[in-house]
Amino acid sequence: MSTSEQQANPKIRPFWSPLVAGILLGLVLLLTFVLSGHGLGASGAATDVVAGVGLQVAPEAIKANSYLGPMVADGSPMGSWLTWEILGVAIGSFAAAFMAGRFRVQLDGACSVGTPKRLITTLAGGFLSGFGARIAGGCTSSMGLSGAAALGVSAFVFLALFFATGLIVSRLVKGV
Amino acid sequence: MFPLNDNGMISGLLCGVLFGYVLENAGFGSPVKLSAQFKLTDWAVFKVMFTAIVVAAVGLWLMRLGGLLKPDSIAVPQAAMASAAVGGALVGAGFAVGGYCPGTSVAGLFSGRLDALVFIVGVVLGTIGFAVFYGAALKSLKAAWLIAEGDTFTDAYAIPEVVMLGLLGIALVAVFYFGSWFERRGSGTVTAQQALEGAR
Repeated sequence: MSTSEQQANPKIRPFWSPLVAGILLGLVLLLTFVLSGHGLGASGAATDVVAGVGLQVAPEAIKANSYLGPMVADGSPMGSWLTWEILGVAIGSFAAAFMAGRFRVQLDGACSVGTPKRLITTLAGGFLSGFGARIAGGCTSSMGLSGAAALGVSAFVFLALFFATGLIVSRLVKGV
Repeated sequence: MFPLNDNGMISGLLCGVLFGYVLENAGFGSPVKLSAQFKLTDWAVFKVMFTAIVVAAVGLWLMRLGGLLKPDSIAVPQAAMASAAVGGALVGAGFAVGGYCPGTSVAGLFSGRLDALVFIVGVVLGTIGFAVFYGAALKSLKAAWLIAEGDTFTDAYAIPEVVMLGLLGIALVAVFYFGSWFERRGSGTVTAQQALEGAR
């Protein structure tokens, strides 16, 4: 087997072109608006899970918390929709990866920065992302993507700062 | 008349399955592909996002024109400018450092990436941290620089929706044009094969 054959493994299907992926993502987003009245999200599911699990583990602390308390009092229907949606994302992305020969268990990024550093950068990145999403009231999916499609002013502020900070930080820290 | 305002299990699962299917096929389960956006070598993140924004925004506009969608019936994020700016900066920093955002980390985990699981643990810890520290300072940040007139460009600044769609269309062409220019100058976009092999 020649080197070029090894490099182009036919079992691994290529990614979609950005134009095709973008048009399909736009149609999924439009369907989401039409069905639910709001756009796609992600970080809100973490809030829903934290509130729900917290209510089982430490109910008094959750009810007394000034952020989560009012949320669990309302029952938060939007939060549980997001949790179902994220479960769907898990199913959909597994199906896509599996069918295209792209499912591989690995600690991605470890071969370029080393396992200990990769574990720290991904945990720190997740923390910043989770904390920041609660400040903004949404993450890249809900604020950036869905908010911009709804022509929300704050969505474009979010995207501008997301891009500017990401550009700077990626030059200071090699995380992947 | 739409929207149906269906927030049930089937609605959530359906939208999520399609969202996840597209995310992974776009290559957004890979932190190498995702973080290449900020290295300016692979512009797939912004190409896909801007295309999707324009398609959905035009679709919503056409549905309202055709009388299929009730006016002012779609959720728009509150025009809280300070919290959008600070939150956007932190999510951007987290993306640069960790290689994911909350949604793409789910696509990462379910394409086999264990670092994405650690990222999700971080997101949960960040959410708990926010709830613990939610006091006067964070409340005033969320309440700072609100636009009282409205949340959309049309309500806040009286920019007609058609003008906004036109501007978004121009931005989309610019993202593809300049993005592709940067991609040609760099080491090339991240292929599925490279994404599977991990970071370069």
